[in-house]
Amino acid sequence: MTPVPVGPLELLGIDHLLSDEERAVQQSVRRLVDDSIRPRIAQWYEDGTFPAEMALTFGRLGLLGMHLEGYGCAGMSAVAYGLACLELEAGDTGARSFVSVQGSLAMFAIHRWGSQEQKQQWLPRMAAGELIGCFGLTEPDFGSDPAGMRTRARRDGQDWVLDGTKMWITNGSIADVAVVWAGTDAGIQGFLVPTDNPGFTANKIPGKLSLRASVTSELVLEGVRLPADAVLPGIQSLRGPLSCLDEARFGIVFGALGAARDCLEIALDYSRSREVFNRPIGGYQLTQQKLADMTLELQKGFLLALHLGRLKDAGRLEPRQISLGKLNNAREAMAIARQCRTILGANGITLEYSVLRHANNLESVLTYEGTAEMHTLVIGQALTGLSAFS
Amino acid sequence: MNIVICIKYVPDAQADLTFSESDNTTDRLGVEGLLSELDEYAIEAGLKLVEGAVGPDGAASTVTVLTVGPDRAADAIKKALQMGANAGVHVNDEAIHGSDAVATSLILAQAIKKIGIPDLVLTGMASTDGAMGVVPAMLAERLGLPQVTLASEVTVEGETVTIRRDGDLASETITASLPALVSVTDQINEPRYPSFKGIMAAKKKPVETWSLADLGVDAALVGLGAAWTTVESFAKRPPRVKGQIVTDEGEGGTRLAEFLTAQKFA
Ligand SMILES: Cc1cc2nc3c(=O)[nH]c(=O)nc-3n(C[C@H](O)[C@H](O)[C@H](O)COP(=O)(O)OP(=O)(O)OC[C@H]3O[C@@H](n4cnc5c(N)ncnc54)[C@H](O)[C@@H]3O)c2cc1C
Repeated sequence: MTPVPVGPLELLGIDHLLSDEERAVQQSVRRLVDDSIRPRIAQWYEDGTFPAEMALTFGRLGLLGMHLEGYGCAGMSAVAYGLACLELEAGDTGARSFVSVQGSLAMFAIHRWGSQEQKQQWLPRMAAGELIGCFGLTEPDFGSDPAGMRTRARRDGQDWVLDGTKMWITNGSIADVAVVWAGTDAGIQGFLVPTDNPGFTANKIPGKLSLRASVTSELVLEGVRLPADAVLPGIQSLRGPLSCLDEARFGIVFGALGAARDCLEIALDYSRSREVFNRPIGGYQLTQQKLADMTLELQKGFLLALHLGRLKDAGRLEPRQISLGKLNNAREAMAIARQCRTILGANGITLEYSVLRHANNLESVLTYEGTAEMHTLVIGQALTGLSAFS
Repeated sequence: MNIVICIKYVPDAQADLTFSESDNTTDRLGVEGLLSELDEYAIEAGLKLVEGAVGPDGAASTVTVLTVGPDRAADAIKKALQMGANAGVHVNDEAIHGSDAVATSLILAQAIKKIGIPDLVLTGMASTDGAMGVVPAMLAERLGLPQVTLASEVTVEGETVTIRRDGDLASETITASLPALVSVTDQINEPRYPSFKGIMAAKKKPVETWSLADLGVDAALVGLGAAWTTVESFAKRPPRVKGQIVTDEGEGGTRLAEFLTAQKFA
């Protein structure tokens, strides 16, 4: 008798490495994805939208800023946050990106570098999903090299006045508040810009072929006047935005695997039921080779992610270790998604199955939060002591 | 308002279920277990009732979940606490293994008396493993409470509970005075899943574990030895055979009718 097939992550008994609480988080997010995302994602993807109302659904569960303490946030562990990202991204990278940007970029920036008043004003309603945040660092001419940014904030009496353009900003057009990083006489500073402020416009970027179920925008700041207390008081250097990116990147280390797991589950299922030359394609050695190799990479990636998560919870995670995880897991997830696509044949290129949607999404994941090349250079520098950045 | 909800830890229905070779009881060791899905509806109904209610004396409502089961049944309590119940009681005793519905209802009744008869006892309509659906009635009888079963809607007003029971031809509206026992169907609501705050809060909620002795239940009255029924033997269901595909070449309807007649469906 043929034994009952096991899932790609069950083979290693990974469940037993997680605490009850971590599994509970994972189950709740999986339920949310099954109920609220899977039935509608193909339509969102086709339409090129991500509905802003999803913020409330995420907020009710406690996803937004879940790893932050206080201010209406759940205060959960890094591993729990990672698992939530994994489950969300199994639905779609757009959903995970929304949660990453809200919690790890916008909310984290305020939580880490903001004043008591700023935290009180913004965080509880952002945690509930009543207010949406975005994070503006990248500019049209400065992505990998954000230090070159041209957006400026200058003082005018007590006020600040901001001018510049930010590009590729997730949630830009649906945000209530933008965390905008700008050069000042003191260095690089973060500003909390209400998006209804005069001089602020957000233009949705059309024609994306990746991460379509996510709103990506250009932010234009033309003489945006802000009161003195709009600046984040805690930081005046590039370390501000980079600290936020480390948080979000950590989520990607787990998240990318979610997309890969979904692809692999679909490919496994398909390979058992699709018959070609009178046999299920899963019974051919070439297909089994693909499935076995992908399962190996998925499991290795998960162990790496979990290791980094445990380090983070112990307060010992270094940025270059996150680079290692992000580089490996984004890259391997992409390879898995593409390989799964081949197993589905022509069906693999449609929106009816998730594999090509995931593969296309992972193109963005490979690029944002530091490109694969940048993370390679970080690792190269760690190994050689020589910088190859410029 | 105080509510006690009876919940059961059952083997995962997705798993390959079997009986234990040694005593023909459900094999609980080999498979993952979880809170019986049908009990989630009772938990949701209980939580909804207290969320809306403020007692006349302003006293806080309490939802206590009660389970009779082995060590791992603690998982079912934890899940209920994560969903929002306030406290848990776990009756756990070696002697309980193999208990039938009669014995289970006895243990539940004694435990509820020890907790203190609440305004409402809630249960699911059946467990997903035993699927007999008789425990609610037996329990109400033992507690001397009115039983209003198979509710697809439940409301409490003052000292009265009202339920709607949906039948094939008509829906009945039934009322009973509190305290009462209500069993609910899987049509009554959409059970919530634990929010992260619920998961964090559950860690601090009280759970008591009681033995048969704590309840004053004679061990001879429960367990496999006392059961009124026994499983004498069991056999695996034969594997499913591949379906038969009728290709319609003009006479598809006739072929279908022939098939149904041959299977005695018509
Ligand atoms: C869907 C999406 C959402 C995004 N959301 C946000 C957001 O919310 N907020 C935000 O601030 N930004 C966001 N970004 C921007 C993202 O972070 C940048 O795209 C990324 O940092 C890369 O910058 P770039 O596109 O300008 O590429 P470039 O920096 O121009 O790089 C182009 C190529 O050159 C390579 N390269 C660059 N320098 C070197 C070097 N020294 N050595 C070798 N190779 C090099 C890169 O690796 C890359 O392959 C988003 C991007 C996408 C696609």
